[in-house]
Amino acid sequence: MIQMGEFKVHRVRFFDYMPSAIRSMAFNSHTERLAVARADGAVEIFNFADNYFQEKVIAGRDGRSIEALCWVGRRLFSAGLEGEITEYDLENLRPRYSIEAYGGPIWTISSNSQGTLLAAGCEDGTVKMFEILEDRIQFQTNLSRQKGRIISLSWHPSGAQIAAGMMDMIKIFDSETGQATHRLLVDRGVGTSKSREVVVWSVAFLNDHTIISGDSAGKVQIWDGLTGTLISTHLVTKWDVLVLAISQDESSVIAGTSEGTVVQFQFLPSTVGQQDKFWVQTRTFKNHSHDVRALVHTDTAVVSGGMDTQLVVRPLLDKVEKNTQESALHKIAFPHRNLVSCAKKAGLLLFQFPDHLELWRLGESDRNGTPGESLPVKRKPEKLIQLKIKGEDHICCSALSPCGSWLAYATVAAVRLYRLQLSSSNVSIQKVSKLPRELKSVHQLCFSSDSCRLFASSSFSSVVVVALDQTDCKYLHTLKHKSGSKQPIHILSPSEDGQWLATANTDCEIHVFNLRKMKLHCSVPAYSSCPTAVSIHPTSGNLVSVHADQQIFEFSLKQKEYSVWSRQLQRQGLHPLWLQRDTPVTQITFNPNNPAHIMLHDVFMFCIIDQSLPLPEAKSKFYNQRILRSLPEPQRLRESHAFKACKNFQHLLSVNLLEDLSLVVVERPLVDIVCQLPAPVRQKLFAT
Amino acid sequence: MVEQAEIRVVHQGGSNITFREPAISSDSRFLLCASGHNVKVFSTVTEECVQELRGHTDLVTGVLLRPSNHLQAYSCSADGTVRLWDFTDGILIKTYVIGYPICSIYASASHDGVIFIATPTKGYKTLDSLQLLAVHLPQTAGQLVETSDLSAVLSDVSANPATVAFGRAGEYVASTNGVQLQIFFFKKQKSFRFSLKENSCSGRRNTFTCVACHPTDDCIATGHEDGKIRLWRNFDQKREYTYRTLHWHHSTVRALCFTPEGSNLLSGGVESVLVQWRYQQESQQDFLPRLGAAITHIAVSPDGALFCTSHSDNKIVLIQSCVKVSSIIQGLVKGEAVQTDLMVDPRSKALVLNGKPGHLQFYSLQRDRLLFNLDVVQQEFIHQEGLDQFQVVMATLDGAGAWLATVEERKQETVEAELNLKLWAFDEPSQSFVLNTTVSTPHEVRITAVTFDPAARGQTSLLVSCGRDGLFKAWRLAPPAHPDDGGPSWTCDFVSGYHGLTPQRCCFSADGSLLAVGFQEVVTVWSPASWELLLTLSQPPGIIRDLCFGRLSCSKFLLGTTSSDQLCCWNLLTCSLEWSTSMEVSLLLADPLSDNMAAFCHQDGNTDLFVFKPSEPRPLFSQKAVCSGRVSRAVFAPREVALESCEESSQWLNRSQLYFLTPLMDLLTFSTRAEEERLMTASKQLVVDDSVAMTPFQLLLGKRRPHHQAAVEDPAVRPPAERPVPPGGSAAVRELLQSPAHVLPAAAALCSVFMEALLETPSDPEEEEEEDSDQEMETRATRPERGLLETDSADPVLSRAQVRELRRVRKLDHSWFSSLLDS
Repeated sequence: MIQMGEFKVHRVRFFDYMPSAIRSMAFNSHTERLAVARADGAVEIFNFADNYFQEKVIAGRDGRSIEALCWVGRRLFSAGLEGEITEYDLENLRPRYSIEAYGGPIWTISSNSQGTLLAAGCEDGTVKMFEILEDRIQFQTNLSRQKGRIISLSWHPSGAQIAAGMMDMIKIFDSETGQATHRLLVDRGVGTSKSREVVVWSVAFLNDHTIISGDSAGKVQIWDGLTGTLISTHLVTKWDVLVLAISQDESSVIAGTSEGTVVQFQFLPSTVGQQDKFWVQTRTFKNHSHDVRALVHTDTAVVSGGMDTQLVVRPLLDKVEKNTQESALHKIAFPHRNLVSCAKKAGLLLFQFPDHLELWRLGESDRNGTPGESLPVKRKPEKLIQLKIKGEDHICCSALSPCGSWLAYATVAAVRLYRLQLSSSNVSIQKVSKLPRELKSVHQLCFSSDSCRLFASSSFSSVVVVALDQTDCKYLHTLKHKSGSKQPIHILSPSEDGQWLATANTDCEIHVFNLRKMKLHCSVPAYSSCPTAVSIHPTSGNLVSVHADQQIFEFSLKQKEYSVWSRQLQRQGLHPLWLQRDTPVTQITFNPNNPAHIMLHDVFMFCIIDQSLPLPEAKSKFYNQRILRSLPEPQRLRESHAFKACKNFQHLLSVNLLEDLSLVVVERPLVDIVCQLPAPVRQKLFAT
Repeated sequence: MVEQAEIRVVHQGGSNITFREPAISSDSRFLLCASGHNVKVFSTVTEECVQELRGHTDLVTGVLLRPSNHLQAYSCSADGTVRLWDFTDGILIKTYVIGYPICSIYASASHDGVIFIATPTKGYKTLDSLQLLAVHLPQTAGQLVETSDLSAVLSDVSANPATVAFGRAGEYVASTNGVQLQIFFFKKQKSFRFSLKENSCSGRRNTFTCVACHPTDDCIATGHEDGKIRLWRNFDQKREYTYRTLHWHHSTVRALCFTPEGSNLLSGGVESVLVQWRYQQESQQDFLPRLGAAITHIAVSPDGALFCTSHSDNKIVLIQSCVKVSSIIQGLVKGEAVQTDLMVDPRSKALVLNGKPGHLQFYSLQRDRLLFNLDVVQQEFIHQEGLDQFQVVMATLDGAGAWLATVEERKQETVEAELNLKLWAFDEPSQSFVLNTTVSTPHEVRITAVTFDPAARGQTSLLVSCGRDGLFKAWRLAPPAHPDDGGPSWTCDFVSGYHGLTPQRCCFSADGSLLAVGFQEVVTVWSPASWELLLTLSQPPGIIRDLCFGRLSCSKFLLGTTSSDQLCCWNLLTCSLEWSTSMEVSLLLADPLSDNMAAFCHQDGNTDLFVFKPSEPRPLFSQKAVCSGRVSRAVFAPREVALESCEESSQWLNRSQLYFLTPLMDLLTFSTRAEEERLMTASKQLVVDDSVAMTPFQLLLGKRRPHHQAAVEDPAVRPPAERPVPPGGSAAVRELLQSPAHVLPAAAALCSVFMEALLETPSDPEEEEEEDSDQEMETRATRPERGLLETDSADPVLSRAQVRELRRVRKLDHSWFSSLLDS
């Protein structure tokens, strides 16, 4: 515990959150959505048009390993080593259906550019063609079966040919006849690796019939697909080249390696102004410590992910304006949603892991100290319950009631509600057996502040309200709005007095329901950027929302219009430094002692907005807390502005204000995550 | 032309041959490099300097082959001229007067009649901001050409000539300065600028250090301070340029060069490793390690077979096809500082000073080449920062050059400096110095001075050393204590001090009868014969810095300088101060061959030179601002041939030459106008004579007649008639046999001509005179028609004996007659 100014701070570092490695990525350039598959089977959708906001998360399940992702229009397919092709329901955040391919583990899937066929490369050496129908896919044909597994596939843009990377070779098939037309032999590495088969991890088939391959001997090779001859070989690494990605205009190829580097090749003329071009190795990006397993080449950036679990967006500086928001490097290490629920009254924390939940009681200290001093802990924090889930599906959301007596979580298949009874000595947990039928397909769970209602967001942006009493729970109502959006609700925020419930969905809509009348009160005017945190002020009844583009709005529920402060903020504009932050605000809380204070946080800072103070000018110093402290009182008043940012805590996952006005800060230092990763490939360092 | 002063400071011998990138001739036979005020042409095979192109009056700042004529070369100089040379024959063809000091010169094959020079921007005094000018060379006849057609190409060019390079077929020029790369396309007249961040994320410096352009592709390679090499492509776009980074060097990349075919990129830096990168397959590299010193320049011959690297220790290494070091051209080795005094070895007349770490180098100034390195420390030198190693801090030679004393010390942070005094004897059979005695810790603390008695010879040699411990010690060669111990070795003969003061300087008089030791403010004079303190002199305040006895007619004077900027002259006969003057003398030096003394005075950041006789109040010669900074090392080197200068101000240079080292480690000397004119005429003679060089080949081929006429007219040159002359032993053949092999054409080419020369010898009647053997006559007799031509008389019926008799008479007559004429 630390004393920080007026607050006692519980600095929580026992949340062992461990993100999962990135296995595959697919980018849909029409919708600008990036789908990321993780090693635990979860699929995440990032909206690149909206500040790389993580819009949707589809929870994984045990035993599902995704090897490949593929967008077909707005539909997302995945395939994995369990041998099934899965299509996802992106509105209900669940797999829509899975089809067994009957070819053993599937290493790769790829759709042709027309969006009519989906090819899957299987362990048994077949390339299976599936026809993409309106609502499902249907097996069409097998290409001629080869010896050895099909590791990678790439369609020629015309759809007439398909290149398959295998062990020791690349085959080119005619997609009409299904016959192999060319066999390109890939030579093995030198030395000891000579006896080992070389794996062609990735191939790319370009419009001019050039084939580019990356293999386990560390080579990137350029082939002529018409004649089947090798054009050039670039030895990029001593280890494996795991993945290749081509730009839309086929002028640039990037290759991800086991060393964590991404190497760019560009199709350049040898002399200025000439037509004949050739592939030249140009830049090398090193943003990963481990294998780069997944790569996407967008028009302006290199997006890479791998074993070190981070998603890195590295802008190509020749494609973007310098010194803009776009030209900054983005590293997404933490989810853009809350994995921590806090019982404000009971001082409990619930941590959500993919396959279990942990309930902790916070430590206590009876001392007060000077600011910055760390206080001795009278009672140590204590893990009360570790709740393992039943079934294979992973947890998609969880909630803990403010009083600490209810606990709920949801998977794709079911919702479970538990009643907790805590005394100082023993803990008992009891599953509520009979749940109303309406509680299904839940994306978000939330308890009301008096802990007697449970809100669950369901399909078609509806909210199911369930009343809880001592023993059982009863279905009350389903709240619906009329906008017609089918997108899932990702934020539920009830007001302190129990009158309002605000919901936000990924269509950027915010709806406010009156819980007394059980009907829609109003909708906040739509804003183009997705809300990342929404909260209703306990006393004034204003709704504060923060969006992915870092804008802040305050909406008066009584007047049904933006408040004066919000309009002033929009007029004056936010400080550039505030807008330059690259992680979204994930939580808003209010200080009951000081109604003018809004407390919000992102991964790298914690900020209190004092609505009574003037807004910062664009030229004024934004992070000025340290300077202010050194100034004398009158000058301090003059210099201070509304945004009081605190960067003492880093890698914040959650900040909550308990009822006794002590702050709970949940940190997950990145170094802790890094040291839990497996060892990277050994690299010789200079002077060692 | 600038009015020449009577005496000039010049680079002569020992100058830096690695100052600028050398040029290799197109047939890879010659290497041209800027060396002081001259351009030297070395043979790449024999390492011999075959030509010295003289003419510039200031530092030569660039050498370049003329792209349109591979037998000619341009050189540029800070004197504001560009000169065109025929470098094989050493002929100055043209002098282009630019009028501004030139820092570097560039040319490209596609810009005919245009050269590019970097000169300081107008208005800027310093070399920080240069501009690149295109100079259109006028096609006028005559040697001296004024050029006025200058046009600026680039501004803001760095002073380092490696930062400008011409691209594929001269279409563009790339220049770097700081963290900016600038590319100018000549056709489009468009320039592009790309800049890097000052420091990369890891705090390494991104500054550009050198640039090279690919000969056929549009690819620019740049070297950086942090050891990276970037290959730039697509640089004709403002934003879509791209580059690849190669990183092998751990420290600054100093030189970059593409091979002429463009298949390889060569790079070098402080690692002393030549790295060869395959173009397009840069992950494959070849290394040539252990080149001895940091690489500063890389040049490649036009056929790509010969690489040449310049090194920071004034060495040029020639490398055959990146695998084999074929030859090394070593100039005067330059370390960071010379700690020993400059000395002249009396035997070889070589300059002796610090060379490689732990070595003494013997450098012949007359022949301008390194004779040998003497390994004094005899320990492996480990190149590592912060590692203390033994260094040679003092060395002295005795008068005959038979003994050499060296002092080496190792500074250590924690403990006292480690000291060794070594005495080396000259070994006649090996013509080198051999270690005789090692005295470890000769003094408790650092040694301040060592000196030999100049007059003593052989076994009676005497060495005096002074130390910070307040003692001076005399060392003598003593026979071994045990007969089986080997030869004589040096032992301490006498130890003394003076009131516990620290001796700073010691000096013997020329005849060795007096030893003066400066104990801080007091000069003591001792008799080495009896070790008796003869007298003390003092001129407070001020610690004695330098002591020097006068020579020859002034040997009664003892001169000293003090730290209170006084130059004092004591008369040893009267034991009184003769005169003193106030000047800050940094170095006082006596000429061993005359009674002159030289004083280098440090004033206002410059060094002035005064040459004076102790007995005369007026200096013989004085020159202000000889160089900037403080001169602390200088030496009088005796001339091989004394000059016959009658002008008063330059008489002091007649017998010996004064060399001094500037703070920047340049070896400079003073040269008179007469001397320079002599050198100039020597080089111009060839121009007057013919456009073809006087090679033995040429002697054989055509121009025999004038040569032989000269030989006949000068009987002294002729070989004695009695000696049996080898067949065909003409002067030309003699020339052929005596001249060094490296200047000769290939033996195969010579052979047939040589044989022909042998056959046709008799056709020359003059030649016939010299052949005097009977055998020769016999062969001739078999060819009567020749015999007819040989004789002068019309009478064909002379017998052979008669003919011989007649010839002998005539020859005798002739020599007698010519001797008569001579007298």
